[in-house]
Amino acid sequence: MGTAPVEVQQPITGQDTALDVPWVTVVWNDPVNLMNYVTYVFQKVFGYPKAKAEKLMLDVHHKGKAVVSSGAREAMERDAETLHGYGLWATVSHDS
Amino acid sequence: MSWDDDYLSPDYGEDAEIASSFRPVPGGATAYFERAQAGVIRSLVSQIAELVSADSTAAAAAVDSDDLEAQLGLSSHAEPPDDPVLARLLPDGYPDDPEASAEFRRYTEESLRSAKAASAQAVLASLPPGGGQVRLSEPECQQWLRSLNDVRLALGVRLGITDENEDLTERFAAEDPRSAYIWVYQWLAYLQDSLIEALS
Repeated sequence: MGTAPVEVQQPITGQDTALDVPWVTVVWNDPVNLMNYVTYVFQKVFGYPKAKAEKLMLDVHHKGKAVVSSGAREAMERDAETLHGYGLWATVSHDS
Repeated sequence: MSWDDDYLSPDYGEDAEIASSFRPVPGGATAYFERAQAGVIRSLVSQIAELVSADSTAAAAAVDSDDLEAQLGLSSHAEPPDDPVLARLLPDGYPDDPEASAEFRRYTEESLRSAKAASAQAVLASLPPGGGQVRLSEPECQQWLRSLNDVRLALGVRLGITDENEDLTERFAAEDPRSAYIWVYQWLAYLQDSLIEALS
């Protein structure tokens, strides 16, 4: 969906799991995945309404990446794994 | 991906009838495939199945000595795959943290490989080698979507596609075997798009 991402968020991997600082799942832009496929996957995986899924897809497309879910680290790792199953380029980060 | 398929002839892409696509039917989607089209898809999907299964067996053997790990579905994979296609299909879980990525990989890579192999097998099971009318249930549509996407990701890596806006038709000389795959790559995008629309 465009050029490679330029900015990488620094993850925190220690035992800092303060509840008010959630983990996030980030989806990165790539030149192969179709825009409507990315939107479809966001609807399917997260149950997001089409408008929200489209907005996230456009964020990925235009900004190079987008936070698609947030919460406990384990949940974010499950989300990333699910998105990898669909071929999306997803990573887990600590929201800072 | 290998470039030695017999299915592709130089003027194949000019055939207008080749642009088969999915349309919705109750409970799923349907599409008609010529024999050559079925051959191309089956060949590429088989290659993905082989790729994701290849060193899974080695990994399974490696964990044989540790029954608990095997039972938990843990893999011995900690490093990103050397093959760039595999690295794209099985990406790192953490952008800047090799240690966390290795741990993530240990817990997820084996099941991810199995899921991708299962999707590929579902396509092979529902697409006759001789082509014909294919009618897919909704779950089969999901597996086709993922599998077609895996094939396109793999082709994208092998063809060096980094810019979606590039005019791909001028990327390789006509005599370059990869030029035929540019067309396949674009056709599969069209096919995948029609499947998404059929499901929407």
